[in-house]
Amino acid sequence: MSNQTPALRLEGIVKTFPGVRALDKVSFSVMPGEVHALMGENGAGKSTLMKVLGGIYQPEEGRIIVGEQPVVMTSPLQAKAKGIVFIHQELSLAEELTVAENIYLGELPKKSFGRVDWQQLYAQTDEILGRLKVGFDAKTKVGDLSIANQQMVEIARALTVEAKAVIFDEPTASLTDAEKVVLFDVIEDLKAHGVGIIYISHRMEEIFKITDRISVLRDGHYRGTLTTAETDEDEITQLMIGRKLDLSRNASHHEIGDIALEVRNLSCGKLFRNISFDVRRGEVVGFYGLVGAGRTEIAETLFGLREPSGGEILLDGQPTVIHSPADAIAKGISLVPEDRKGQGLILGMNCRDNMTLPQVSDLKAGPFVAEGAEIAIFDQYRDRLDIRTPGWKQLVGNLSGGNQQKIVIGKWLSMHPNVLIVDEPTRGIDVGSKSEIHNLIRELASQGYAVIVISSEMPEVLHVSDRIVAMFSGKIIRTFTSEEVTEDNLIQAISGITSDKAA
Amino acid sequence: MRPSNLSGVGTFLAKQGILVAFALFMIGFTIANERFLDPDNIMGVIRSSAILGVMALGVTFVVISGNLDLSVGSMMSFATIVVLDLHDKIGPTLAIPSMYAMVLCLGALIGFLVGYLKLNSLIVTLGMLSAIHGLTLTYSGGKNMDIADKEGTWFSVFGQSDALGIPVPILIFALLASVLGLALAKTPFGRKVYAVGGNGTAATFSGIRRARVVFTCYLASAFCVGTAGLLQASRSLGSQNTVGQGLELEVLAAVILGGASLLGGSGTIFKTVIGVLILGFIQNGLLLVGLQFYAQYVVTWIIIILAVWLDIAAKRGKLWSPIA
Repeated sequence: MSNQTPALRLEGIVKTFPGVRALDKVSFSVMPGEVHALMGENGAGKSTLMKVLGGIYQPEEGRIIVGEQPVVMTSPLQAKAKGIVFIHQELSLAEELTVAENIYLGELPKKSFGRVDWQQLYAQTDEILGRLKVGFDAKTKVGDLSIANQQMVEIARALTVEAKAVIFDEPTASLTDAEKVVLFDVIEDLKAHGVGIIYISHRMEEIFKITDRISVLRDGHYRGTLTTAETDEDEITQLMIGRKLDLSRNASHHEIGDIALEVRNLSCGKLFRNISFDVRRGEVVGFYGLVGAGRTEIAETLFGLREPSGGEILLDGQPTVIHSPADAIAKGISLVPEDRKGQGLILGMNCRDNMTLPQVSDLKAGPFVAEGAEIAIFDQYRDRLDIRTPGWKQLVGNLSGGNQQKIVIGKWLSMHPNVLIVDEPTRGIDVGSKSEIHNLIRELASQGYAVIVISSEMPEVLHVSDRIVAMFSGKIIRTFTSEEVTEDNLIQAISGITSDKAA
Repeated sequence: MRPSNLSGVGTFLAKQGILVAFALFMIGFTIANERFLDPDNIMGVIRSSAILGVMALGVTFVVISGNLDLSVGSMMSFATIVVLDLHDKIGPTLAIPSMYAMVLCLGALIGFLVGYLKLNSLIVTLGMLSAIHGLTLTYSGGKNMDIADKEGTWFSVFGQSDALGIPVPILIFALLASVLGLALAKTPFGRKVYAVGGNGTAATFSGIRRARVVFTCYLASAFCVGTAGLLQASRSLGSQNTVGQGLELEVLAAVILGGASLLGGSGTIFKTVIGVLILGFIQNGLLLVGLQFYAQYVVTWIIIILAVWLDIAAKRGKLWSPIA
């Protein structure tokens, strides 16, 4: 491999923004047929580097070399023409159009008088889809496909050009385990065709499964490249955050209190059926299952966003009906939602206002909001949660994912809830902040909060939970204590028929 | 490297685009016609902007909450006609609260449709524009409305008199702007308006009753429209059925010119007042330099679009970008 010309090389890239050196002489290269992981905490410079590569930002110094040709990227279109293709985390497809139209959008094959040559379009598309071994055809409407299959359409689009390098940005964020398998097959296929692949992800399992080398960025600096086969999680983490992480199992050592929340035979249409469980003060109950198993829907029902079709909810032993989120909050239930940016925060609002939003009507001085009291609350939780922001006036949209999540958590802690539900607490959050949030969840339990954690990451549920509820297809399969649970029996419980699906 | 990013000076110009454009126009008008900066002229401009301004205050709430209100023009016609008609039938003391009650009912209807039934505000208020116009014509039988005894009524006090040497419409505009400005910037309700417009889903997830907030914004808008109708009726003591026609777009222009985002979540009452004044001074300036009245429509809109473009360019740092 070392004798080959890299598919793509970045040399001494420097990019500054007012007050920040976002990239400081970053260099790295991808060989043809190599899967090269790019890792780093949020804010380390990965996104900036990719924007430089995609022609969205212009670097002040440094060169981009594709094959043997130095190029200047001035637009995403130009990057594509040079054979650099991006598969983004957020998909950019026209849902009302067919797969074929999406793949060849802007370059549809034409007959005379500008008419579209549908026959050729479908033939070309089906050929590419055949290579990807997908289960849908060129005429399928994109809106009818699952997220994973939509991602396949993006990949198919990438294959229409002679790609030299393909960049995958957190491609598995919304995929189920079975869908990941398909994605990894495609990556293997691209690899076999000699394409260089940059793979951006926070998920260690994947990194070890599919990458050949790993390059790490920290604070805009290149920190080194590791060969995947010769390294381990600790080494990568240390390179990324400059310290060691403790990811051992973490059951409670403190007193477990009374039952704060009990759910009996709760059902909601086809989403989930006959759900029964309880959560005690001082306890973390983890909900583990595949995407679509009904975990988020249970949380939304407990938070008054969905109306249950049957069953009972008891708070401190009292049967109760929860009519709305406002009602849930009044009854001491808080939800840190799954979609931080869409549901958790108002990105264009400052840190303080986001944090005090649920209680803004109670913080009054005469007819006005008591801004002094608000700032005091913000300061208290900034210190307690170690939120790194220049000040409360900072817009939440400018914070890193980890700090944004801490704002959401602070928002609910300041309400002193009885039950705290946390849905996907560390989705899209870097390793350093991840362990801080895990520790925080444990700490909250030790302070007597009843906590429900919903997660799709097994290490996470194993790490933070005292008990784990395994769900499959809207039903609880089994509830494990932390002594009983192993990775194997947990996987078995949540997989149901998924092994058939993957085949 | 391509100079696709604006230079420092360019960025400043673009950031303050609207104010800079305004300043240039003011200088231009002053050179072209010395009467422009005359205190009487300035007072006249503010006074004639007051009715539009009062309506813009309410629409600011609606726009920040992430919705539109295109019904304000025809609702203002309705308010004017109703209060003039009732003036002679039940006397001004009862006519004024009756008119407010009717207008608030219309506002409540829109608020219910947009807030609670979650219908698209563009469709709802466009429909209401037409429906209220029909309502006004039905009410008046298509005739103009005039107060019988124009000399003997105290009703003209809102539109025609001065207090402390300042025209009453300006005082009412200023008072309403202060009260609503404080309500938006400083009260819990105001905070919720920004939250709902900034991200309605996240607001709901924070326990805010979104429908109630949207409903209240339309009530505020209706109240302002009622006040504008009162000022209009009191100033002229007689009116056509179409007195507010087209104002909905001018009001929206003033709000956008002030810098509120049509997507919701941003803007302030102060900025809207600036937007109203800019619009007023530009129209006055064009009149003073002798531009034909009808050509003003064209020039005004060119200015608005330029200003909005500069504003957007400032936000993305480029004059043009392939992505929004």
